[in-house]
Amino acid sequence: MSDNKAALSAFREEVAAWMAENVPADPGFLLPLTFLEVGTEQQLDFLREWQHKLWSAGYLGMHWPTEFGGQGADPAYQYVVDKELGKHRAPIIFNTIGLNWVGPLLLDMGTHEEKAKYIKNILSGDEIWCQGFSEPDHGSDLGAVQTRAVREGDDYVVNGSKIWTTLGNYADHMILLARTNPQAERKYDGLSFFLSPMKIDGVEAHPIRKVTGEYGFNQTFFTDARIPASCLMGEDGGGWRVAMKTLEYERGVTAGQASGYWGVTVQVDDMIEELAKFEHDGEPLLSDPIVRDDLVGFIMESKALTLCGRRMAVPALNSDYPMGLALSVKYRGTEFERRMKQYTASKQGAQSALYVGDADAVSGGFWQRAYFSNFGATIGGGTTQVQANIIAEHVLGLPK
Amino acid sequence: MSLMQNVAISVTEEQGMLLDVARGFVRDQAPIDAIRSQLETDTGFDPAIWQAMVDMGWAGIALPDSVGGAGMGVGSAIPVFEALGGGLLGTPLLSTTLAGQLVWRAAGESAAEWLGRLSGGMVGTVALLDHADWGAANMGVTLDAAGKLVGSKHFVADAGVAESFVVVASEAGMPALALVDRSAIEDDAISDNVLIDLTKRAANVDFTGVMPAQVLRGEAVASALRDTLLLGALLTAAETTGAAGKCLASITDYLKTRKQFGKLIGSYQALKHPTVDIYVGMENARSFIYHGATVVGDEPLSIDAEIACRMAKVAADDVMVFAGDRSVQFHGGFGFTWECDSTLFIRRAQWAQQMYGGAIHHRKRLATLLLDT
Repeated sequence: MSDNKAALSAFREEVAAWMAENVPADPGFLLPLTFLEVGTEQQLDFLREWQHKLWSAGYLGMHWPTEFGGQGADPAYQYVVDKELGKHRAPIIFNTIGLNWVGPLLLDMGTHEEKAKYIKNILSGDEIWCQGFSEPDHGSDLGAVQTRAVREGDDYVVNGSKIWTTLGNYADHMILLARTNPQAERKYDGLSFFLSPMKIDGVEAHPIRKVTGEYGFNQTFFTDARIPASCLMGEDGGGWRVAMKTLEYERGVTAGQASGYWGVTVQVDDMIEELAKFEHDGEPLLSDPIVRDDLVGFIMESKALTLCGRRMAVPALNSDYPMGLALSVKYRGTEFERRMKQYTASKQGAQSALYVGDADAVSGGFWQRAYFSNFGATIGGGTTQVQANIIAEHVLGLPK
Repeated sequence: MSLMQNVAISVTEEQGMLLDVARGFVRDQAPIDAIRSQLETDTGFDPAIWQAMVDMGWAGIALPDSVGGAGMGVGSAIPVFEALGGGLLGTPLLSTTLAGQLVWRAAGESAAEWLGRLSGGMVGTVALLDHADWGAANMGVTLDAAGKLVGSKHFVADAGVAESFVVVASEAGMPALALVDRSAIEDDAISDNVLIDLTKRAANVDFTGVMPAQVLRGEAVASALRDTLLLGALLTAAETTGAAGKCLASITDYLKTRKQFGKLIGSYQALKHPTVDIYVGMENARSFIYHGATVVGDEPLSIDAEIACRMAKVAADDVMVFAGDRSVQFHGGFGFTWECDSTLFIRRAQWAQQMYGGAIHHRKRLATLLLDT
């Protein structure tokens, strides 16, 4: 074992020991499955305290600079922490937009001032971030954003509306994509990117209820909201490039995220363990040949995802389509999980029909809720269908 | 136990070089016109191409150097077969490689002389199937008291050009391998199959009355046979994955150049999205074959290796059948013609999906391996 490996393995033991002591017990109320479903103050306070505790212990932002509150270590250390969080079935690390999109973006493209101002509070959970990209009429077609930001003196005056603003009703800041120049020849050149305050006059976030029955999304309304011009990130009219970079972090195409543990993770093993509890025609469900064949398919798909992820690190096997594996991670992974959860939710006999809140629901209705919740992953950050277009155009070179 | 336990995937420097060299060879020596010129010949390949492959040491690519092979491990055959598949280049290399594996695993260095000839370019093949069932015991050919073979084998790959046959036989109820020289077989005992894939050849062979040059017996035979069937699945999967990659490239080329209703047809999502699924399926299959290359070795195959071989075959079959099928469809009327390479791809897909067991054969065994342990 090399020194690196030995150090990493020692770190894993240290983290596991810490988690065994410090992962909070079931609080007695429903916790969100992902960062997209933080719907009550009670959940928010609990998760904020948990994130703060993890960061204070030195286990968040492992590879972010110490100067801004990180640990200055190798990214492998964050991976270890995320794995251990999953193993210990810890509550999620909820400030995801800050930790995974805004943080890496600022470290990559931000000024020193921006880094100093925002990064540490992202890690500590003291400041919550949301994202203002999608609009009611423009979800996947981001270039068509209509929210206006008009320069007036030292401010921009913002009018319009954003939708699917996860954590919007709790957030301190928003990464906001707005149109500053409607006359630009290319629609993309009329957009600017702001690190915009949320708790100011003229900004209102209205929670939206989801298919799971829970909250987490908002529609955010801007009515003559004045934001300081210093909130502009990059150039006026240069917002598209920053937004695209943000999406690379959001979709996991580019690394640098402070914690991938943004949702309760489910593995194919969990699925099989759950299904092993059921019977079908008086026999164990897992002895049914059709179910067995289905499960072989799921196991293979899971293994293919892992192998493809690992293959990215083998240059000799990436020359045909250099960005292909990275650009297809979201396309494959989110759809796979959706199908896995739907399958598990639907093989519980009559109990398949029960939902969260029923005492007889299997694992508290986890799979039913997780299936619905998973649409956040197959739709958010660019739908599966948009991902297919991206792969077709950017990997295979097919025309728009 | 985690089902994901072994997810090793790596490529040695030698394997990386082999992939480049083999792809270059196929590009330069076996362009599609050269492949097409052999479709309706007796042997299906150009002897000069085969000789060039032998000269590069590929006949013994999977064998240890102690028996004249390349000594790079059986996994090194993966990049070679992936590249050959990418060119739809047939040749008896697959048959020869598997014959070598079977004999080496059954007899080791005691068969060094025969294996040395094989590495030197003697065409070998395994005569396995009694009939259509890859899952059967296939022990229908027997060795009689006089030491002669009785019975026929079906679908013997490259039987028309093979110089030595490894006949899977039974002797007093035990599996044995009979090494048979071509010279011991009458010409009329070999009757060619009409194969769906015109880059491949096979025949039924009646071995009745034939005296083997040598018989391999013992405990190692059964395990050698099992491992060779698994390696047959893996190497076929490698070849199929290469073909799927080439098929994908031919689809995307057409989608980028063909216009209908004033637009390039590749802009239509009804064509675009299934093409993405071919791409994803091809990448999956590629990950499985190189995972296989990483976990198979010269020693008897482990459970992990068995799982890898079976998964590779399932993944490669699935994507190639889909790709070949969609290739014909997406090329429209042209796709339906002999002139279009889709013809070659769909025929390769239908040939490959049964070789060494189809998806159902392997998935059934994977269910046991994965769910019953």
